[in-house]
Amino acid sequence: MLGLRSCATLAEAAGILSGDRQAVLVGGGTLVMRDVNEGRLTEGTLLRVTDPAFRQLNASGGRIELGAGVTMAQVLASRDLAFLHPAARAIGGPAVRNMATIGGNLFAETPYGDFTVALLALDAQVVVQAGYGTGRGVPLEEFLAGRERGTLPGLITGVQVSRPANPADFRFRKISRVKPKGIAVMSIAAHLPAQGGRIMQARVAYGAMAPVPVRARGVERALEGKTLDAAAIQAAQQAALEGCRPATDAIASEWYRREVLPVHLGRLLAGEAR
Amino acid sequence: MAKTPVQFRLNGSDRAAFVDAPETLLNTLRRGLGEFAPKYGCGQGTCGVCTVLVDGEPVLSCLTLSVACEGRHVETASGLADGPELHPLQAAFMDHFAAQCGFCTPGMLTAARALLAKNLSPTRDEVIEAISGNICRCTGYEPIVTAILAAANAPGARRA
Repeated sequence: MLGLRSCATLAEAAGILSGDRQAVLVGGGTLVMRDVNEGRLTEGTLLRVTDPAFRQLNASGGRIELGAGVTMAQVLASRDLAFLHPAARAIGGPAVRNMATIGGNLFAETPYGDFTVALLALDAQVVVQAGYGTGRGVPLEEFLAGRERGTLPGLITGVQVSRPANPADFRFRKISRVKPKGIAVMSIAAHLPAQGGRIMQARVAYGAMAPVPVRARGVERALEGKTLDAAAIQAAQQAALEGCRPATDAIASEWYRREVLPVHLGRLLAGEAR
Repeated sequence: MAKTPVQFRLNGSDRAAFVDAPETLLNTLRRGLGEFAPKYGCGQGTCGVCTVLVDGEPVLSCLTLSVACEGRHVETASGLADGPELHPLQAAFMDHFAAQCGFCTPGMLTAARALLAKNLSPTRDEVIEAISGNICRCTGYEPIVTAILAAANAPGARRA
């Protein structure tokens, strides 16, 4: 039998999640309720968080805090988050965006989870609350590695990211075959801050190129200290597949994903139309 | 398991139902309240045929918990017509042959209504974006897009 508990505070939800292995948090419902409808989730307790802090969005300063229950529609409604709009708009249709949350996207299995790819390229921290304690920051990459191993740290209460000093340095692209909305063949996010025309601390992330969103470390190395010219882009393309473990699914084969990734990466870096 | 009481407004009328705690809004509407406009399609959030408005915003009722709608206003395609008088969107769907088998139509109408409530002169691209979460396997979408654009220019398109 599947039960439901509404939690008025984040601490209450975190406490239940830590103590009950069969408890599952429902954010917008686009992942968990699908499992309920398909009969994959029939036992345990669904947890609903009604704490307003879960849906709070603090985006005015340089350090941005997004509650895990913030929806894609909330992101799109915030002018301060314009640099994240392409990633939020890539998620589903309007109804899905009114429901789908940032916290849920962290758990979306490949080839879903495009927003998380954008967060990964922004070096996001995931705020984790285990038990009734206070939240602690965990690097998103570490959280994703844990997710792949099947170890989850507790309740995700939110995500923190630093605003890119220059919004034009942040680029995101989702490649899908069905227009205007399709599931990702892959998604690519890049944050390429430059000093004196040279890229410093490049961050590039892929979705659907591994079991969880991954950093493209080869590309980051190839771009470091370079100006973004044809030679640098070619070097990045040659390193594009480092660390990739794409799957064959209904959207694309592993072979196809490997073939087209350098092409799309090159277009993203060159700022070309898709 | 004990049932949970839920009350919300449905197309302007106060309604109440006893639901199983994890029950979806779609089940409550169809099985509990006899509101058959939203349909069960994929159950995954892909097809959009269960689209309803909650406090004016489109959501997928097959993925929404009924208890999350307590005290809110739920609107379906049934709420569009005013007695025998069709809503301009419904009339435009008829005039432009935007319904063939009709299964997607309640979701399309609801998604279009949400668009027109905010934007009475949408561009073609904005219409396509607004129905991008709704699948139609009959029409090829063109008649639906044309109908929504025609309704946008009709008098009374934003009627509540």
